[in-house]
Amino acid sequence: MSDINMETENTWCPGCGNFAIEAVTKKVIKKIGRNKTAITAGIGCHAKIIDYVNVNSFYGLHGRPVSLAVGIKLANPELSVLAFSGDGDSLNEGISHLIHAAKRNSDITVVIHQNRNFALTVKQFTASSPKGFVSNSSPEGNVEEPLNTLEVANSAGATFISRSFSGDIEHLQETMEKAVEHKGFSLIEVLQSCPAWYDTNSYYRENSYKMEKVPKNPDKKIREWNYDGEGKIPLGVFKKQEKPTYEEKMARKGKKVSVEEVLKSKI
Amino acid sequence: MEDFQILIGGAAGQGSKSAGRLIARVLNRYGYKIYVYEDYPSLIRGGHNFSLIRVSKDNKRSIKRQVDFLLALNKDTLERHRDKLSGRGCIIYNADEVDEAEGIGAPIETIATEVGKKIMQNTALCAYFCKAVGISEGVMKEVVETLPAPDKNLKVAEKAYQKAEKENDLEDIGDPVPLVTGNEALSLGALEAGLENYFAYPMTPSTSILHFLAGLETECDVQVMQPENEVGVINTALGAAYAGRRSMVGTSGGGFALMAEGVSLAGISETPIVIIESQRAGPASGVPTYNAQSDLNFALNAGHGDFLRFVFTPGDAEEAFYLTNLAMNLSWKYQVPAIVLIDKDISESTFSFDQSVMEKGEYWEESRGECGKHYDRYEDNEFGISPLCYPGKEATVRNNSYEHNEYGTTTEDPDEVVKMQDKRMKKKPLMEEEIERLEMVKVFGEGKKALVTWGSSKMAAKEAGKKAGWKVIQIMSFAPFPEKRFKNALEGVEELVVVEENRLGQAAEIIKRYTEVDRKVLKYDGRPFYEEEILNELN
Repeated sequence: MSDINMETENTWCPGCGNFAIEAVTKKVIKKIGRNKTAITAGIGCHAKIIDYVNVNSFYGLHGRPVSLAVGIKLANPELSVLAFSGDGDSLNEGISHLIHAAKRNSDITVVIHQNRNFALTVKQFTASSPKGFVSNSSPEGNVEEPLNTLEVANSAGATFISRSFSGDIEHLQETMEKAVEHKGFSLIEVLQSCPAWYDTNSYYRENSYKMEKVPKNPDKKIREWNYDGEGKIPLGVFKKQEKPTYEEKMARKGKKVSVEEVLKSKI
Repeated sequence: MEDFQILIGGAAGQGSKSAGRLIARVLNRYGYKIYVYEDYPSLIRGGHNFSLIRVSKDNKRSIKRQVDFLLALNKDTLERHRDKLSGRGCIIYNADEVDEAEGIGAPIETIATEVGKKIMQNTALCAYFCKAVGISEGVMKEVVETLPAPDKNLKVAEKAYQKAEKENDLEDIGDPVPLVTGNEALSLGALEAGLENYFAYPMTPSTSILHFLAGLETECDVQVMQPENEVGVINTALGAAYAGRRSMVGTSGGGFALMAEGVSLAGISETPIVIIESQRAGPASGVPTYNAQSDLNFALNAGHGDFLRFVFTPGDAEEAFYLTNLAMNLSWKYQVPAIVLIDKDISESTFSFDQSVMEKGEYWEESRGECGKHYDRYEDNEFGISPLCYPGKEATVRNNSYEHNEYGTTTEDPDEVVKMQDKRMKKKPLMEEEIERLEMVKVFGEGKKALVTWGSSKMAAKEAGKKAGWKVIQIMSFAPFPEKRFKNALEGVEELVVVEENRLGQAAEIIKRYTEVDRKVLKYDGRPFYEEEILNELN
C-alpha cells in the first residue's frame, strides 16, 4: 500500500465534518510527501482518521496525540508532524499537553476537530460546548461557560493560530497548508458540524466570515466570537510569529565524552 | 583502621551533604571503599540532614548503628546522635554553637568567617576531621581545590587543618575509584545501551537522574526533556521511541501511577521504553525523602490489559548500571516496556564503583526490518517479534493503541483480536529463557538457613548473612521471575527468611508461589536496615 488511501470501512456519520478534514489532510500529506510525514491522534471520532489515511502514524491514547507528536518531532525533526485531536481530547483530557507544546513552540501542527461535544461516547458536553448545551451528562443544560480554544493557545504563546470550517473545503485546505508550512507550533481549529449530536452547519455558515489578512491585534480578533452565540466567527489566520523552535533550541550537541571518561571525572 | 563509620550532620543549608562528599572523596584517595547514606527531610532550610559514611577496606555497603566519628555542624546533630558513638569514637563539633562538650571543639564558623565565608564552615569541619583521622594536608587540598570558590575554601581548609590535632594514622591502601550514586550509575548504564532521550518530571528520589543527564547533554549527546507532567513524560517518550530514539523515563511511585496508561500503551503498541521507578515511602505523598520497597506489586501490575514486561530490581550501583543497560537492550529486543525498580537508598547513596561491571555494558542492535515499501509493523511470525522500522524512510510505520491487524489498522474482529494477543504472548517463553540465562539470582555464602532479599535491603542482608553464617539469596528480576535459578539457590535450604522494606512482605508473597517462607523480616520506618537489626532477627 503505497497509496495514501486505505481500504478500511469508514464509520463516520454522513454529513460529518471529518470527511472534509480527511480529504484535505490527504492532499496536504501528498504535497509534503508520505514518507516525510507522521501523524498522531487521540481517541474520539476525530481519531479514526488514522485508519483512513495511509501514512506513518501513532494512534495514541485519549488526550495524548500532542505529546506523541512532540516526541516524534524531537526525535526526528525532518518529519512533518501533525497531531489530530478533538475538543474532548485536547481541551478536556489533554489540555496541559496542548498548552505546553504551544509554550515551548514545538514545531508540530495540531488540528482540532471542533465538534463541541463528546461524540463517540454518544453526546456529553466538552470544554467548548456552549452554556445550556443539552447532553446526556447535562440533561438540564450545560452550566459551564465554553472555553475559547484560540485564546488558550494564544495565552500559551502559540506562534501560529488559525480557524477554518469543514463546510468550506478550499478555505480548509489553504489554512491547513499554511499551518503545516509554519515553522513552530501551529494550531488549526476546524469548526465542524456533528450531524448525530450537534448540528451546527447552518449556524457556522450564517455567522462566519473570512478574514482578509492576519489581524494586527490577534487578541481582540480571537475574542470576537465567544463560542456561545455572541459575535461573528472570524475564519483564517489570527496570528503568525517567527520564533526559534523547540527542536532548534534542543538540537543534539554531538558526542564528545565516553562513559569511561565520565566515570573518571567521578574519582 | 579496617572499617569505620562517620556521621556528619547539620541543618539543611549548612552543607552537611557536600561535606560528606568531600570526606568521601578524600578517603577514596587513600584507597578506602565508601558507601554514603543520605538522610534528609523534605525541606530546603532548617530541619536536620545527615550523611552516614561507611568506610572499609572490603567495600561494606550497609550502615551500622554505631558511629566512630560524629561531625556536628550544629548543636542539634550532637544531641541527636551522641548516644550512637562507639567506644573508640571521636566527636568534632561546632564550638561556635556549642559551649562545651565531650570531644573536639572546632571554631569552624570563626575560621570560615575570618578567611573565607561563613557557609564554608563545612569545609573547616572536614579539615578538622582530615587532620584527626590522619589524612595529609596535600591530599585534602587536592580535593578542596575542586570545590566551587576554591581559593577561599582552600584558605578555610588550611587554617582549620593547622588548628586541628592529629589523632590517628591512616594508611594509604590503594588507588581511588569513581564515586557514583545509584542514579548516576543507572544513567551511565543507559548511555552504554544507546540512550538518546531522557524524559522526566522532577520527583524524589529519581530527580538526580534528570540533573545528571541534563548535565551531560552537551558532552554525551543525550537530549533531556522535562515535559509538563508524568502523563506527558511517558507519551512524549513513546513518541520519540516510535520515531527511532532509545528513550527512557524516570520517576517515583506517584509519578509512575500517572504513567500507568503509558505502560499499557507501550504494551499493546509494542513500543520499547525503559522506565526507572525509584521507590520512596508511600502511599501517596508518604514520606518523600525516605526509603521503601513497597512498589513491587505496582511495578509488576501497573497498566490495564494483558501484556508482558521486564521488571528488574538492582541492589547497588553496579547492578543499577548493569540492569538498566540490560533493560534497554531487552526492551528494544522484545519491544516490551522494561521497568527498573530501584529505591531511594540506591538512587541517592554514593558507592565506590567497581568498574569491572563496565564490561557488561553493551549495545544490542534491535531486530530491524528491511523497511521497504510494504512493511507490517506488527508482522506475526514464529517468535512474535516484528522487525522494527522507524518513520522517515520508505516503509510506512503504523503504531496503534487499539487492537490492530499486522499493518497497524484498528480491528474489532474476534479472530484478529485473538491472533494479535497470541502474537504478543509468543514472546513470553523467550523472555523467560532469556532471564534464566542471566544471573538474575545471586547467592552469597552457603548454609541450610537462607535470607531472601532484593533491592537495597540486599546490602545489609549480605553483611548480616556473612556474620551469621546464613546463605543470602538476592532476586534481581521479578518479571519474568527466574524460577529455575531461584529453585537451584534454594537447594538444601531448610529455613527461609525474607528481608525487605515494606509492611506487607510483597516479595515474600511472590516467593511463596515457589517455596515456603518461614519468616519475614520487614522494616518500614523509611530508614535502611542496620546490619545489627537483621542479625538480631537471625540469632
